[in-house]
Amino acid sequence: MALLKTIKAIGKYFYDIYDGVTSLARGMKVTGSYFVRPSSVVTQKYPENRATLKMFDNFKGELQLIHDENNKHSCNVCNTCARRCPNGSIEIIYKKVEGADGRTKKVLDKYVYHLETCSFCGLCVPSCDEFALRFDQDFEHAVFDRGKLTKVLNKPGSSSKAMKE
Amino acid sequence: MYDFTPFIESITSYLNENLSPFWAGLISMVLLGVGILLFYAVLGLYLVYAERKICARMQNRMGPNRVGPGGIFQTIADLIKLLLKELIYIRNADSLLFNIAPFIVIVASIMAIGAIPFAKGLQAVDLNIGVLYILAISSMGVIGILIAGWASNSKYSVIGAMRSGAQVISYELSVGLALLGIITFAGSMQFSEIIASQEDGWWIFKGHIPAMIAFVIFLIAGTAETNRGPFDLAEAESELTAGFHTEYSGIKFAFFFLAEYMNMFIIAAVATTLFLGGWLPFHLFQWQGFNNVMDFIPPVFWFFGKAAFVIYLMMWFKWTFPRLRIDQLLALEWKYLLPINLMNLILIAFLTLMKWHF
Amino acid sequence: MEETLLDFDLRDKEEYIINMGPQHPSTHGVLRFEVCLQGEQIKYLRPHCGYIHRGIEKMSEALTYPQLVHLTDRMDYLSAHINNEAVALCVENAMGVEVSDRVKYIRTIFAELTRIASHQLWWCAFGMDLGALTTFFYGLRDREHILDIFEETTGSRLTQSFITPGGLMADVHPNFQKRIKEFITYFRKKLPEYDQLLTGNIIFRERTHGIGVMSKEVAIDYGVTGPSGRGSGFSCDIRKIAPYSAYPFVKFNEITLPEGDTYARYVVRIKEMWESLNILEQLIDNIPQGPTMLELKAVKAPKGEYYQRVETARGELGVYIVSDGGPSPARIHYRTPNFSNLFVINKLAKGHKIADLVAISGSLDLVIPDIDR
Repeated sequence: MALLKTIKAIGKYFYDIYDGVTSLARGMKVTGSYFVRPSSVVTQKYPENRATLKMFDNFKGELQLIHDENNKHSCNVCNTCARRCPNGSIEIIYKKVEGADGRTKKVLDKYVYHLETCSFCGLCVPSCDEFALRFDQDFEHAVFDRGKLTKVLNKPGSSSKAMKE
Repeated sequence: MYDFTPFIESITSYLNENLSPFWAGLISMVLLGVGILLFYAVLGLYLVYAERKICARMQNRMGPNRVGPGGIFQTIADLIKLLLKELIYIRNADSLLFNIAPFIVIVASIMAIGAIPFAKGLQAVDLNIGVLYILAISSMGVIGILIAGWASNSKYSVIGAMRSGAQVISYELSVGLALLGIITFAGSMQFSEIIASQEDGWWIFKGHIPAMIAFVIFLIAGTAETNRGPFDLAEAESELTAGFHTEYSGIKFAFFFLAEYMNMFIIAAVATTLFLGGWLPFHLFQWQGFNNVMDFIPPVFWFFGKAAFVIYLMMWFKWTFPRLRIDQLLALEWKYLLPINLMNLILIAFLTLMKWHF
Repeated sequence: MEETLLDFDLRDKEEYIINMGPQHPSTHGVLRFEVCLQGEQIKYLRPHCGYIHRGIEKMSEALTYPQLVHLTDRMDYLSAHINNEAVALCVENAMGVEVSDRVKYIRTIFAELTRIASHQLWWCAFGMDLGALTTFFYGLRDREHILDIFEETTGSRLTQSFITPGGLMADVHPNFQKRIKEFITYFRKKLPEYDQLLTGNIIFRERTHGIGVMSKEVAIDYGVTGPSGRGSGFSCDIRKIAPYSAYPFVKFNEITLPEGDTYARYVVRIKEMWESLNILEQLIDNIPQGPTMLELKAVKAPKGEYYQRVETARGELGVYIVSDGGPSPARIHYRTPNFSNLFVINKLAKGHKIADLVAISGSLDLVIPDIDR
């Protein structure tokens, strides 16, 4: 009886060694198979591939006021996007002008966008009734001076399509 | 064909003729020392680079590829950075021991390079107890690790150093016994005689199964000796920050780092010399044509090629397996490696007696 | 009487205290462990959280319900979609509206993709903590495919803010179905490699068998839910107990294992990845057409208290809203799974060694911003 137990124990000892070594060999096969396949490298060669790098269409890079070829944007100063923004990253500065029909209306002076506090949640873009906003695909935002992160989105000399002159 | 003995003889005879024996001896030792140090530094740099490239390839990425063509100057940039770092002195640490520890580790591994044969005649000193010398010298490295851990006056370092000390002392047994098998086959501890006994075939083929078992055990125990691979809990980054060399910065850290890579090279060189035929080319049976083509490649290339293969195996282990815990590591040695080693040794002794090897 | 964390003091001179401080390579975030060791054995362990407390619950009182999405997906950022879904479901139940089937299907598809992505990140970090550094890169390489799917539709990879009370912020991209089908085929081939590399490995098995055993009673006492609880036999899957969104329409298994050690928790998560692939296959071909956003005049919950629970990748997330009829919640409280999962670690780690502490905290899969909110 004791002899049988000893034989079983010795058998288990050698079986453990065999089992351990084969499990290690299986793991080594996986890493070895990647070593001999240079085509399995997935690194992208950034920044050398900037010319061909294209992000997805919906990528939320940076907020942009859409200007068409006549330098006209579509903002009508309704303030919806500024109210929807959860942390106040959009400030709309407007001025009141006399319209052609005698009533005062609001005209966009500066559309201030604080890139440093924007959390890219995307609540502003679908809230605009005039479809004036969109997200750009630019992701390289790093600057040395924090003042550069406060951007004015309406281009100089632009006027609004929504306001009829 | 490629024999360095006449070249070395000519240098020594030139020195001996023109100068007194004292100066001749001194100059030849200085030349030898400078040569070995240069070799050590350059090889260490390129082993680090090779490891980074190999591990990157296994992980589906490119390794260093910006500094120099293909990134070959990356380690030199790292070395310059380490040289320029501030050496932080700890207030309550034992400053003599703290400063001496990296030197002990480096000196132990440089001394071991002196006994390894790189080609016929290209050996610093051909001791008749070559293998024993290398084992004894590499055991001195553990003194450096223990002193480093103790002198740092930090709880993390002491834990790391104690673990490492226990590990190295245990695995030295297995290393010695595995090598003892080949010494039994070859009949001598002198490196040049062991290589001469492999001229008709490498011991890993001539000794069939016991020699292969001894090779595998030597690889595992050798990896554990140098605190590498799955046995690197002394410097486990994710558990105790950096273990025994936590408090070292700058060039002192670079010494520990370099010594680890060169110890890996020493283990690979000893494995190559004893199991894989050293600088002998690969001869296949008695095919004259094939053998002549193999002879044409210089022995230095054969030696470094075989050592590179063994180093690649050790790197493959490190990047595939998780780490062992200290009690599992010691259990592996005392319960598995040592009994199998002893059984293997008895088998080898028996085979040598009955001449049942090739 | 069981000793609590507070009434332990050092009696034995051989004990010493080590800090696995807020900055540590393996605590996955800013968490401090105060560990009392004797030699290599852990005598007690006290976790200190709160290093990344940002006041999300207080800030939410100043935001309207649609604006809450920009904060909730920064809690447990690895299951961002599921956090958003919890708030959206709570508000919709409070208002008494129901979204269209298309929205339910897409929400569930996103939730299951998030679950797979979260488990992939857990696997790669767990392997790395144990020393197998290659697993980090394999897990992340496969996770990139899911992040590409997210980026194409929602525009962001990590904090998407896509699911909102009333439906979705936008419709899915036309490539959505094709990409998910490609991902399912790709990942089914890669998942066996995970097993070959880590699960069957003898070193890994030795490091995780019998470590950190949590019995079912302890799991229920401490409220450990999610895969950590299911690894101890506590069947707590909210997708089965109180199904929401499209879960009533799919067939899947709830995976529980009785052993309760680290290896069991590991195997539960790997098997959950297989189950999520099955759920995705059942849903992806049958997305019904319909509107993706309800036309709501104003998103306001009526006066009262409302609670909704969902199953994130780490356990049961509960959203409790107290409303006084206005556009913002009067008080919102999140019952986060990681907070309960963290404090069981003292019981699990007692008597083990430091190396085991890393394995145990890795297997509980803690995301620290979820603990501190």
